[in-house]
Amino acid sequence: MPDALALIANAAGKLTREGLRVTGRGGTALPGLVALTVDPDFITTLSSGLSHGVVCVSGTNGKTTTARMLADITRAAGWVPIHNRSGSNLDRGVAAALLADANWSGEPRGDVGLFEIDEAALPNVVARLKPRVVVVTNLFRDQMDRYFELDTLAKRIGDTLATLPVETTFVLNADDPLVANLALRPDAKTVFFGVDDESVGGTVPQAISDATRCPRCKAPLTYKRVVLAHVGDWSCSSCGLARPPRDVSATKVLLGESWSEISLAGAIGSVFAAVRVPIPGLYNAYNALAALGAARAFDIGLTEATRALANFRPAFGRLETVDLEGRTLRLVLVKNPAGFNAALLETGRKPRLLAALNDRDADGRDVSWIWDADFETLAPAVEHAVITGVRGRDLALRFKYAGVPKERIEVVDDWRAAIERAVSLAPRAAEVVVLATYTAMLELRAALSHVGAVAPFWED
Amino acid sequence: MDLRIAHLYPDLMNIYGDRGNVIALSQRANWRGIDVEVRPFSVGEWADADWPDVWFFGGGQDQGQDIVGADLAGKNGAALKKSVEGGAAIFSVCGGYQLLGHEYVPETGPSIPGVGILDVTTRAGKTRFVGNLLVNAPDGYLIGFENHSGRTYLGSSAKPLGTVVVGNGNNGEDKTEGAVQGRVIGCYLHGSCLPKNPWLADRLLGWALARRHDDVKLGPLDDAAEKSARDQATEVARTRS
Repeated sequence: MPDALALIANAAGKLTREGLRVTGRGGTALPGLVALTVDPDFITTLSSGLSHGVVCVSGTNGKTTTARMLADITRAAGWVPIHNRSGSNLDRGVAAALLADANWSGEPRGDVGLFEIDEAALPNVVARLKPRVVVVTNLFRDQMDRYFELDTLAKRIGDTLATLPVETTFVLNADDPLVANLALRPDAKTVFFGVDDESVGGTVPQAISDATRCPRCKAPLTYKRVVLAHVGDWSCSSCGLARPPRDVSATKVLLGESWSEISLAGAIGSVFAAVRVPIPGLYNAYNALAALGAARAFDIGLTEATRALANFRPAFGRLETVDLEGRTLRLVLVKNPAGFNAALLETGRKPRLLAALNDRDADGRDVSWIWDADFETLAPAVEHAVITGVRGRDLALRFKYAGVPKERIEVVDDWRAAIERAVSLAPRAAEVVVLATYTAMLELRAALSHVGAVAPFWED
Repeated sequence: MDLRIAHLYPDLMNIYGDRGNVIALSQRANWRGIDVEVRPFSVGEWADADWPDVWFFGGGQDQGQDIVGADLAGKNGAALKKSVEGGAAIFSVCGGYQLLGHEYVPETGPSIPGVGILDVTTRAGKTRFVGNLLVNAPDGYLIGFENHSGRTYLGSSAKPLGTVVVGNGNNGEDKTEGAVQGRVIGCYLHGSCLPKNPWLADRLLGWALARRHDDVKLGPLDDAAEKSARDQATEVARTRS
């Protein structure tokens, strides 16, 4: 039973939420902020009433998708997840999700907390939530104005994870050397996931690699296979540290235009039917592996879990498609070079683009990252790019220096006008790929909901 | 005409999107019909330090910076100095800028020696300067984004690149940003810097080409997109800081 302060915090948050609803706004963070202001221990108190405990999903890319996959999996297992679905992923987002799904006595109407957590906030939040399972998808350079250096961030996360109770299970990407070494204690319980298909990836390290050196001895890492940036089949020839054995692995990955299919193998030697996840991209295969790893940590049967994945529906701005005037808009959230390069692989042969760059806090105020992203590979194929956003002109310049001819680039400042222009340039039945940073995607979504093409995202 | 660009430690000093500077130098030469070759120079002895016309040296993580600092303390540091004496230009940003100075003085522990090509010294600061950086330089303004905790102070041989209008610059105290000494430039401007500040890119190109070519004249380019990006970024820096 929550204490009096938690109850007051719960009530205050709920009232704030109702107030926002009445005025037609989505409350994905503010009610949580109110509750935490009243009671800083609010998330600790309320989450302790969850019978299956809490899982935190963090990492640079794939948090939202992995958490959503895991939500479907837990539901298929008959559990009721309390989930910060909208992607509001600081402590206030966790608090908002908890109070939205609690009654007025502060008792949760669910049995498992499923929280996507911002990687910079992870150390603080896990210390307060004491999760049963922590999933880390990957660590790439991202929003340098906020997260600063990746080595430092990885160290902070590793140090905090080492303070958690020994029962905690860490679900970690074996292919990412920065993530694979986050479990610092030798007695830590781990579930490692990775891709073991030899045909996936190349042999050349990418310019955006963030871990060219061994996390343990600092000698150069060597790669048998590079999948994306520093993710791949890595080892250190100096100290012998290498990719840990995978507990959940994809022995074969097939990628279609609208799906990805993985053949799974578990360390226990079981054989499973191939899982077809209805969203494309190698990175979504990784997200599926992360979700399956978490299912494994919760002792949810993999057969049940893979069935849930087969019916998965993508989240806000994660390869969501929207129909407008006979054209299909494919929304792709991009926020860092690794995510951009991964999205590039899915843009098709002659992409028509609507690209939007903002530099608000949630996007990262420093737009330098666009120069690390591989626009050079994209450039020769671009059919047309309509560009918008608070820093759209930086993006237009990036396209220019990547070699896209001037007549194929057009800057349109207004969100709605940009959408209309991009749509009008595409023939009927054609696809427009929308690449946008977080707040730019919110703006574009708002403009799209004005014309009735999508629902406001908090109703999602 | 041809141009040789050396990218210093691209595997270790590459974290803040500074690669755009190499792209800008290359493309602005390409667009003028100049042949460009870019070569990486990383840890390990450099075979041909006389090759480059211009070096680019970006910012990195602390770990990368330690490895690079150790590498530059040996033969490669001496080679870089010799290259500059032979007429090569350098454009450096953030960590690269700091390593070209005399030393970096951390809060505790012994100071880390730099190459000493620039007459500047950097001390660790308690807070980090993060934000848009607008600088007034004698030949035009410069716009970028700073993200550093080091405080850099100029000696008498180095001249500031410009005066800070918005942001902190070298040290947050004396309103200076960056340093120029001969054909060597250091600064805290990420962004990347050169695409949005094409006049500085062209100055570096002129210096670089002059090393092996006489009578270098760079024709004008259509910089409308550059100007437009500059204006938008400047507006953001002025109104949001």
